[in-house]
Amino acid sequence: MNFIRFITGSIKIVFQGSKTYYAWLILLLLLIIWGGFGYSGQLAHGLIQTHMRDSVSWAFYIGNFTFLVGVAAAAVMLVIPAYIYDWKPIKEIAIFGELLAVCSVIMCLSFIIVDIGNPLRFWHMLPLIGTLNFPSSMLSWDFFVLNIYLLLNLVVVTYLLYCIFYKIEYKKSFVLPLVLFSIPMAVAIHTTTAFLYNALPGRIFWNSALLAPRFLASAFCSGPAILLILFQILRKTTKFEIKDEAIWKIAELMVYAMFIYLFFTIAELFKEFYSGTEHILYWKYLLFGIGDHKEIVLYSWSSIIMGCIAFVLFLIPKTRKNFITLNIGAFLIYGSVYVEKGIALIIPAFTPDVLGQIYVYTPSMTEIRTAVMIFSLGFLLFTFLSKIAIAIVFDNYNIDSLTPKKRLSKQVQPLIL
Amino acid sequence: MKKDYSRRSFIKNISLATFAALALSGCDTEAFDEFLQKNFKTLSKKEKDEIVKNLESKYKKKYGKEFHVSDKPAIDGTLFGYALDLSRCIGCRRCVYACVKENNQSRNPQIHYIEVLQMEKEKGIDFADSNAQYNPEKVPEKGYFYVPVQCQQCRKPQCVTVCPVRATWQEPDGIVVVDYNWCIGCRYCMAACPYGARHFNWGEPTLPVEEINPEMHYLGNRPRKKGVVEKCTFCIQRVREGKYPACVEICPVGARKFGNLLDPDSEIRYILENKRVLVLKQELNFQPKFYYFFGI
Ligand code: SF4
Ligand code: SF4
Repeated sequence: MNFIRFITGSIKIVFQGSKTYYAWLILLLLLIIWGGFGYSGQLAHGLIQTHMRDSVSWAFYIGNFTFLVGVAAAAVMLVIPAYIYDWKPIKEIAIFGELLAVCSVIMCLSFIIVDIGNPLRFWHMLPLIGTLNFPSSMLSWDFFVLNIYLLLNLVVVTYLLYCIFYKIEYKKSFVLPLVLFSIPMAVAIHTTTAFLYNALPGRIFWNSALLAPRFLASAFCSGPAILLILFQILRKTTKFEIKDEAIWKIAELMVYAMFIYLFFTIAELFKEFYSGTEHILYWKYLLFGIGDHKEIVLYSWSSIIMGCIAFVLFLIPKTRKNFITLNIGAFLIYGSVYVEKGIALIIPAFTPDVLGQIYVYTPSMTEIRTAVMIFSLGFLLFTFLSKIAIAIVFDNYNIDSLTPKKRLSKQVQPLIL
Repeated sequence: MKKDYSRRSFIKNISLATFAALALSGCDTEAFDEFLQKNFKTLSKKEKDEIVKNLESKYKKKYGKEFHVSDKPAIDGTLFGYALDLSRCIGCRRCVYACVKENNQSRNPQIHYIEVLQMEKEKGIDFADSNAQYNPEKVPEKGYFYVPVQCQQCRKPQCVTVCPVRATWQEPDGIVVVDYNWCIGCRYCMAACPYGARHFNWGEPTLPVEEINPEMHYLGNRPRKKGVVEKCTFCIQRVREGKYPACVEICPVGARKFGNLLDPDSEIRYILENKRVLVLKQELNFQPKFYYFFGI
């Protein structure tokens, strides 16, 4: 009963907002519809609507999935520095990080669903009624850890918000172990996803031990970038307090991550190009194209250039501490990692294909629309969840607000985002 | 906490119900049965026979022709192996088209189980420099040789290891098969196969009714649907009846040899004994049962 009131209270909040808020919702809805029609074409005619073919059998969808796993992982790991450096709003950072993680994991799973040929047969993966190939298949591991991670974060945020909503003290002995557990789980989801690609000897481009470390490093660039911006918005519009120093610290940590990523990549490139075996082909395709096939080069260099500019902006203290350049850097690094994970990580593994043939892949309109649909759905969910969280955490929206008659005089205005 | 959990399982139930409803749309109990059908490997002989019988009548209704669908299991004491004579192959692609016909592959979108690669004699077996799109008036071309590649029926098939739902497996006679009713179409196996042997039905497959091969095997050449993976099965519908695969029969120069690796008197054993063989990408350790050799 209590829980139902918490839910209805939360739903109420979602429908209260300013004009800008509604405009944002409508924009998202329009995007969802536009993308949804693209996806329905794929549902009707099959994955032939995408540009994937036998040569390049995984592409943009799985790339998006990979990117979002990174976001989900990095969001929660921000709890570590918050804890170490004792930033004041650690609870709030945990809540918003976990909300972001929940939405990212849901988007991840959606990208898997749109990528498989028979989404209705998804139940074949469920334990007991299906025949999950556990522990052999890395995909089954991934499915497993992602779901645990989703559940874990969902439980923790719901519990925390629930407690604040009912103005009861939350049980530290319950929350703390779960939060601590979610940190290794964050590493686990990302590492498992890297391992998914890593141990396929037929795909030489992925078959490098540096793949998983590079994965983690790049996730630490993109995940915090979102929170960096979110925290600034929250700080402006709510009672959320986070010191400039904390934000700069996040940026500083991102620089380390970028540096590590850069170092790993250079190590990889050195090995490939100096030894010059035929394995170099895939990197060549990515960076320079092979023969006339240069379509992918645009993607890879845009990612590299965005990443480098962001690195410089974050590295120089002056630009790091200037919020305009800082935010530009955050957007750039986000874009850079998105292209890197979405395209640059996946496509070269399939081009040239295992028999040396080249099929040029770039995403089709259907793929882009489907991705837009999922991202808009994810943003919508995240907007709703943050709205609820903001109201409960910062605006004293609580059980009393549901029964306004009694305390009319004291009633708090629900928040406007 | 507990309530939260029950809410989740409630959502789960709802979504399963929606799935079922979706599957039922069109009020087709057949589709519904198919939706609920279990992994073929886990079924009893009786259940398998029943499914196969149902399929026959379903195909009859759909195509207006008599079909025979078999679920014949592997014969004890057989392990199939294949050998291809690189010095004979002239790159005519007759095997490619014989295979398409025999195995009821989709004509459009086109699916070929066999890919013939043209390679430069000077370079030896080099995939990076090979050409699959060669199209001269007459083969063979001077300075080139040909390497047909199809499923290598690996002893250590990673395509099987990675499948998240066990929709593909190795039969006791060594043939790697796919249950088209169980495959979810994730294509992980395609990423794992180093020989490009697995093919996906990107769209609804089409095949002309008059060209359908009526002799089918459940794990082989029965018609597929969109969204599933398929591959060469050494013509499972033929070899389990003691016949040669279609590609072996059609080859005009006799470059293709096939037999039981466990039978000391078989042709394949003779080749292993008396010719020197190689396997493609041996360093990956998939241990193919598909050998290449130089007969002359
Ligand atoms: S060639 Fe590919 S599809 Fe065939 S058994 Fe080996 S890994 Fe599997
Ligand atoms: S595509 Fe089908 S057979 Fe291949 S791994 Fe996925 S479920 Fe298994």
